Amino acid sequence: MSLPSDLRYLESHEWVRMNDDGTVTVGITEFAQEQLGDVVFVETPEVDLQCEAQQAIAVVESVKAASDIYAPIAGTIIEVNADLGDQPELVNSSPYEQGWLYKMQPTDGTEVEALMDADGYQSVIDSA
Amino acid sequence: MKTTPLYQCHVDAGAKLVDFAGWQMPVNYGSQISEHNACREQAVIFDVSHMTVVDLPDSGEGEVKAFLQKLLANDVAKAKSPGDAIYSCMLQDDGGIIDDLIAYRYGADSYRLIVNAGTRDKDIDWIKKQLAASKLSTELVVRDDLALLAVQGPQAIKRAVEATSTVCDASVAEQIAAIQKMKRFSSVSLSMPDGDEWFVARTGYTGEDGLEIALPEKQAPAFWKALLSAGVVPAGLGARDTLRLEAAMNLYGSDMDETVNPLESGISWTVSWQPEERDFIGRKSLQASRNADGNSDRQLVGLLLEGRGVLRGHQPIQVAGHVVGEITSGTFSPTLQKSIALGRVSIQALGVESPADILALECEVIIRDKPIAARFVKPPFVAKGQPLY
Repeated sequence: MSLPSDLRYLESHEWVRMNDDGTVTVGITEFAQEQLGDVVFVETPEVDLQCEAQQAIAVVESVKAASDIYAPIAGTIIEVNADLGDQPELVNSSPYEQGWLYKMQPTDGTEVEALMDADGYQSVIDSA
Repeated sequence: MKTTPLYQCHVDAGAKLVDFAGWQMPVNYGSQISEHNACREQAVIFDVSHMTVVDLPDSGEGEVKAFLQKLLANDVAKAKSPGDAIYSCMLQDDGGIIDDLIAYRYGADSYRLIVNAGTRDKDIDWIKKQLAASKLSTELVVRDDLALLAVQGPQAIKRAVEATSTVCDASVAEQIAAIQKMKRFSSVSLSMPDGDEWFVARTGYTGEDGLEIALPEKQAPAFWKALLSAGVVPAGLGARDTLRLEAAMNLYGSDMDETVNPLESGISWTVSWQPEERDFIGRKSLQASRNADGNSDRQLVGLLLEGRGVLRGHQPIQVAGHVVGEITSGTFSPTLQKSIALGRVSIQALGVESPADILALECEVIIRDKPIAARFVKPPFVAKGQPLY
């Protein structure tokens, strides 16, 4: 399955979408949801939380285990996906669209550009 | 890494394989929750060939029964007729649990034990040591030549009988028909014309009706395929864990191990105190471990999470701001649609007189440093496919 080419990626299997208004949206990849199995609970971060890059700010729990979700860059959380409260399974069925986790306002807009692109992430999952 | 005779069948069925106690085993075939629900509603098949089957054949001396009456905390005398089975713990001298197992009586004085995969070596060593100490002439036979399949769910017996009929010779039709008349916790052996034996027991680890079948490994793939044709769904170890936890069946290594005894593990019913002269290994320590009221300080309890999150092993349980124990295994229950767990608490820390008083207390579980509201409940959580909470 091919990876969306318009996204940036982390080695820890989060994807990052650069929105037109300068904010970014974060979720977990198709590969990550498949590894986790059925997602049953998502602990989203608090809105207004200020976080550093690589900080664990959310948790996705599948039936079998809990996984930390990391902030891709420094910034402030501006919105979380409220639908996941009742439908955590959206992370499985639509990881890149309806299953997004949170949106953030980057502290430095150029930081996201430096993240891995689809080709870089493809090699991460190929060697996993 | 070891593989079972059904390895190729798992790959063909799209299994996600993981390392489990040195074996490559299917954890799921896509969705653990669908497999779980299929077991509650219809029928699933688990490959449990990683588990260890050991036999203690009749030596003609009438000694095997007496040996097991010493080895096991439950009394094999309860297996009155050949075919009957009992669930028991095997204890250390100090009462700590070496393993839990099912002992099947398959002849006048012959028994089959099915033990866990993760405890295989220490179990075999322990049994051999006890055999030597008892100077028995029977020898422990490890049956690595057998595959073990568990067919579980309300439709399991019907579909397993159908599948068995398509794979086995017509001359065993009458023996197969006998499977449907078997009582729970009993077993039969099917004798095939070529001399092979299929061992069929009405036991399981899901809380549903069903069968556990030990058969020659070369026949396992054909039987697996016949079960799939009969509409039985493959299920992995993931679903097996959520099913057993809903049924409040202990997992060795999580809910109990060598540091606790059966009275501290919610399975005091498996300790057979009568007759008093039966001096099973661990008996004296178990007796000494009880307080004046006959209770152990540590008790295994059920918990339901009221707040949001998922209960997991080792999370602290708190009452009135004090830690009183911890979760031993927890998960999200697909049947209840909320998180459930087993946990071990101390009566003394709780300040209650008896285990029955625990249910009236309000509690919290610490999940990622935050106390989340939970409730003590009497297990199991699910029975006959229906939620109890």
